[in-house]
Amino acid sequence: MSADIYVLIEHMQGKVNDISYIMLAAGRVLAGGSGGQVVGMLLGHDVEGLTANLAADKVLLVDHPSLAEFTPEAYQKAMAALIEQSAPRTVLMGETSIGADIAGGLSALLGLPLVSLCRHVGAEGGRLTFTSQICGGKILAEGELPGPTCLLTIMPGDYKVEQGQSSTQPAIEKVPAPDLEDLRVSLKEYIEPTAGDVDIARESVLVAVGRGIQQEMNIEIPQELADALGAAVCASRPVVDQGWMDTSRLVGKSGKHVSPKVYLAIGISGAPEHVEGIGGSDLILAINTDPKAPIFDIAKYGTSTDLLDIVPVLTEKIKAAKGG
Amino acid sequence: MNILVLLDTTFLRQIINEPDEHALEQALLLKEASGATVTVIGAGVDGMEDVLFTAAAKGADREIKLTGDFEAGMNNHARARAFAAMMGELAPDLILTGVQAHNDIDGALGPLVAQYIDLPYIGYISGVSITNGECTVRKEYAGGLIGEMQAPLPIVLGIQAAEKPPRYVAVSKVRQAMKTVTLDEHPTPELDPSGAADIERMFQPEGGEHAEMIEGDLDQIADRFVELLRDAGVL
Ligand SMILES: Cc1cc2nc3c(=O)[nH]c(=O)nc-3n(C[C@H](O)[C@H](O)[C@H](O)COP(=O)(O)OP(=O)(O)OC[C@H]3O[C@@H](n4cnc5c(N)ncnc54)[C@H](O)[C@@H]3O)c2cc1C
Ligand SMILES: Nc1ncnc2c1ncn2[C@@H]1O[C@H](COP(=O)(O)O)[C@@H](O)[C@H]1O
Repeated sequence: MSADIYVLIEHMQGKVNDISYIMLAAGRVLAGGSGGQVVGMLLGHDVEGLTANLAADKVLLVDHPSLAEFTPEAYQKAMAALIEQSAPRTVLMGETSIGADIAGGLSALLGLPLVSLCRHVGAEGGRLTFTSQICGGKILAEGELPGPTCLLTIMPGDYKVEQGQSSTQPAIEKVPAPDLEDLRVSLKEYIEPTAGDVDIARESVLVAVGRGIQQEMNIEIPQELADALGAAVCASRPVVDQGWMDTSRLVGKSGKHVSPKVYLAIGISGAPEHVEGIGGSDLILAINTDPKAPIFDIAKYGTSTDLLDIVPVLTEKIKAAKGG
Repeated sequence: MNILVLLDTTFLRQIINEPDEHALEQALLLKEASGATVTVIGAGVDGMEDVLFTAAAKGADREIKLTGDFEAGMNNHARARAFAAMMGELAPDLILTGVQAHNDIDGALGPLVAQYIDLPYIGYISGVSITNGECTVRKEYAGGLIGEMQAPLPIVLGIQAAEKPPRYVAVSKVRQAMKTVTLDEHPTPELDPSGAADIERMFQPEGGEHAEMIEGDLDQIADRFVELLRDAGVL
């Protein structure tokens, strides 16, 4: 058993994912309380170059051809071996397509407690704590990280990427991979996202449409507003899943991160998975009938009027302003 | 082919939760494509019967309700162990579940069940096809990148989105299912919730600074928005 905080360094296609730096930042907080080191776990093949700016005291490098690309099965095996060898105080993984795929399996396999959906960690008086979200972020739950070893999946939010970066190269310790024969899951290929007609990540004004739009027919209402403004439309996940807008227009965790001058959210509740993608906006305006919708916690200005009423009026005013 | 869908309800609203709705839809699409039997299974909490009847009305073939003290001290570890104990009997080829838990903070159900019955798991899935006992799935990564993965059946998959939007079912059809469909009730003797942390406190997030709410009639609100857009330099 050790006081170290282990952090899975998630990476894709030769790049360290932002969530890894966010976890390192959270890991530093925990290590401050546990008195241990922050130890990165980097699994892959020929990936030593990815360690350069990690704010870790040490990186455990497991190199194996079967780890060249993420598959949950191979990763879980390699992680299980690392955790069993050293029984760290806490193991941080992302609440992501990588971390969330293996955290549950590790919990069940190793008999270790798992805390998921964690947005914040604390370390006071030797107590390591978590704050996790329930119910899509409407409720937060707080408690102590159970010992001796606890698994944690981290959501972005409270920590900044820069806090997990460092100009000093961490020490690297090569660890042999466990037996990775007879794997059942394999990666066939990556399919890059279709480019779409516009790249919403580069647009300076975005009109974002959420489930509040209610039906496909209504999409033309914000579209007309966007046209009048010279803006592009984008959407939350339910709108894209309904097939009402192209996937290339999706904003959030599974879509694009955008950074416009103005982000006008229409009929969007402001779920954490959506908000994750709009933090880079200079100004967020929101239209949502529910004055308690979380979108109003991040918007600068808002109105709780029905989008079907307000948007057409706004469109006309913008046309007039532009024409006049 | 036997497809099993593990269902949950949403917190306080006794309806199927959204990822689970996509898991069920994906199962029904596979059934239509290849003639599978779709069994849905849910742990007996308030509202679960409605969820199971709704699944029946949509086209599920068999509905199982686990009975037991699921209201008290319930979490995904307990639920996963209860589901896992049924698997020998049900012998599914494919187990589908919604990718993310809504009410619990001890991880999603899918990976736990998979490990308890020693099957592989892949989550964040938005497309599934089955050929010759092997599945090919589309796994979503950030930014819209897709990883196409392959694995032999049986397997547990965490569904993010079905290939088509979940079908709508009329309330009258659900009512009809309530009259004609019998739920298979299976008692679960003992629940083991170990594997989660204790929650000491629950609270509502404070939120940052609340937006300044613009009041007035439609004209006044729209005028203020135009002003804001102008100030931001985009008009
Ligand atoms: C793993 C994972 C990844 C995800 N990735 C993403 C992602 O990348 N992007 C994303 O957006 N979501 C993502 N989600 C989904 C996310 O959790 C939310 O479900 C989603 O963002 C909600 O979209 P919404 O705000 O449009 O809908 P809702 O939450 O249903 O909100 C609709 C809002 O519209 C308002 N409204 C209703 N009628 C009107 C009206 N007439 N006028 C004005 N307002 C009205 C309502 O008050 C409500 O607040 C992900 C979820 C998971 C589990
Ligand atoms: N436009 C829509 N299309 C399909 N389903 C919707 C739509 N709007 C709301 N819903 C569903 O209705 C339920 C209640 O919506 P809400 O109260 O807005 O969260 C949700 O579970 C949604 O799945």
